[in-house]
Amino acid sequence: MMGEPLTFADRRPVLAGWAAVLRVVEGLWTWYRRNWRAAVVSSVLQPLLMLMAFGIGFGSLIDTSARAAQATGGVRYLVYLAPALLAVSAVQTAAFESSYPILSSFKWRRTYEAVTATPITPGQLAVGQLTWIALRLIMSGGAYLLVIMLFGAVRGPGVLAAWVFAVLCGMAFSALLVAFSAAQEQEGGAFTAIFRFVVLPMTLFSGTFFPISQLPRVVQPLAWVSPLWHGTELARGAALGTLQLSAAAGHLGYLVALLVVGVQLTRWQFRVRLTR
Amino acid sequence: MPGSVGIVSDSLVQARGLRKRFGRFEAVRGIDIDVWAGEVFGFLGPNGAGKSSTMRMIACVSPRSDGELQVLGMDPDVDGPQIRGRLGVVPQQDNLDTELSVRDNLHVYGRYFGMSRAAVRARAAELLDFVQLTDRADDPLEQLSGGMKRRLTIARSLINDPELMLLDEPTTGLDPQARHLLWDRLFRLKQQGVTLIISTHYMDEAEQLCDRLVVMDGGLIVAEGSPRELIARYSTREVLELRFPPGDEHGWPETLSDLADRVEQLPDRLLLYAADGEATLAAAHRRGVQPTSTLVRRSSLEDVFLRLTGRSLVH
Ligand SMILES: Nc1ncnc2c1ncn2[C@@H]1O[C@H](COP(=O)(O)OP(=O)(O)OP(=O)(O)O)[C@@H](O)[C@H]1O
Ligand SMILES: [Mg+2]
Repeated sequence: MMGEPLTFADRRPVLAGWAAVLRVVEGLWTWYRRNWRAAVVSSVLQPLLMLMAFGIGFGSLIDTSARAAQATGGVRYLVYLAPALLAVSAVQTAAFESSYPILSSFKWRRTYEAVTATPITPGQLAVGQLTWIALRLIMSGGAYLLVIMLFGAVRGPGVLAAWVFAVLCGMAFSALLVAFSAAQEQEGGAFTAIFRFVVLPMTLFSGTFFPISQLPRVVQPLAWVSPLWHGTELARGAALGTLQLSAAAGHLGYLVALLVVGVQLTRWQFRVRLTR
Repeated sequence: MPGSVGIVSDSLVQARGLRKRFGRFEAVRGIDIDVWAGEVFGFLGPNGAGKSSTMRMIACVSPRSDGELQVLGMDPDVDGPQIRGRLGVVPQQDNLDTELSVRDNLHVYGRYFGMSRAAVRARAAELLDFVQLTDRADDPLEQLSGGMKRRLTIARSLINDPELMLLDEPTTGLDPQARHLLWDRLFRLKQQGVTLIISTHYMDEAEQLCDRLVVMDGGLIVAEGSPRELIARYSTREVLELRFPPGDEHGWPETLSDLADRVEQLPDRLLLYAADGEATLAAAHRRGVQPTSTLVRRSSLEDVFLRLTGRSLVH
């Protein structure tokens, strides 16, 4: 019945900024360690299916077409598609990780409330959560990279830069969505709407399967605001070695700007919600 | 320390004119509190009195709307993380991670305090023993009963060796045995020098544990003192309880009102506050009162509470 009397340790200093953020990442990793299978399966299986359906199935149809060759710059459709799907998969994984799990951590699991009762601040928690999502994107991107290598769709080390660009693209979207999710009080239809009216159209019309120049002129501006289009241009350009410096700077600048805005909004929203 | 000039003292928590507003609603309406090192300090009050709102301000998770507040000699608005690092918090509603094991809940939480892995492991083992959950350490959290989760929350709050613990209704939902186990644990913490702030709806808990308490109602403190002081000040030495068949109690309060200092009518019984309960009972019998049962007892905090808030806690 009797436990040992408790001992009392010396006071320890509060963790400094990044150390605190890393502890948040560690906490999320502890959860993931037990639940990684489902996450890996979904984030690799989905692009894999797309790769098989479009890259191989559809690709075998159009690889002989002269017009298609013009659009892809002369490479096989599978090679053309693979780096773009890397970006798509980053955005899709980001969408899942940045929606329900965030609201749930506020509302149902209430783990954020527990974390901010410790020395961790809401701002550090926000950055830690985003850092964790970035790690998830790096991991699933790496797994996907292995798959496309097996398919023979990799042309050279440029694909490593494509990997980085895909993660950046995913995070530019993720940070905005996390801020949005943190502002939701009820599940409502908000997430369904996001998936239906943002993620899906973005996937279809961001130049993944065909260049956006093929789109009607009036909808092309929609692609320009889509982080996925910028990510796709970067990832594909890097993988195929066709990236031009000025264009790259523009795409990068846009994604970084979105990311900075998203991170600030997320930090602000976490602080508002966790200090009521 | 900014803002601390002039209020240097032994009090771990010092509040002056403390207020909390949610939009236009004011949940805490200007309260003064001093909690001294080593004591057990209680918050009593009906639902919505502002106990949790106050404790969340002390826990440095909810910023104050107005007034002064110092916790461990620091200002929560300035030194929140430093203060939180030395607190142990048991929130009213459990917020354990339901998707982790019992042990991982402690490990993960301890790391947020900047503890090393080894220190967290050792401390977690010690704490699981302390709350008697060692044999459940590797179970997923869902498999724990409500009372076990409560015990784990308390273990978790101790992971960082807190100097000050804030326990918001720590024993709500526990069976009597688990409550007594917990009281024993809290008492031992007090003996080791930990200062405890507890809110509760259980008067016996408050009487057993608290050195000093405040009764809150409507966001204000309506009384303050030790349980004995409060009973002496707001109640009589004894209480006579008379139970009547349903529907038959009407009229009696008027008939009997001059026999006692105070008469309180509850849905199922009549309480007569008097120094000598037996004498009052005899006098009541002489007036023809025919209750189905009678009881003479000593006054308790329950009676103080009833007097101050007009509400009974036992429903
Ligand atoms: N986040 C919030 N937003 C708006 N109102 C709130 C919020 N938190 C508490 N309140 C209100 O403040 C008042 C005091 O609530 P509080 O939780 O402090 O009461 P309490 O004394 O702890 O009650 P209980 O015994 O039921 O736990 C209540 O009227 C409650 O509705
Ligand atoms: Mg409460």
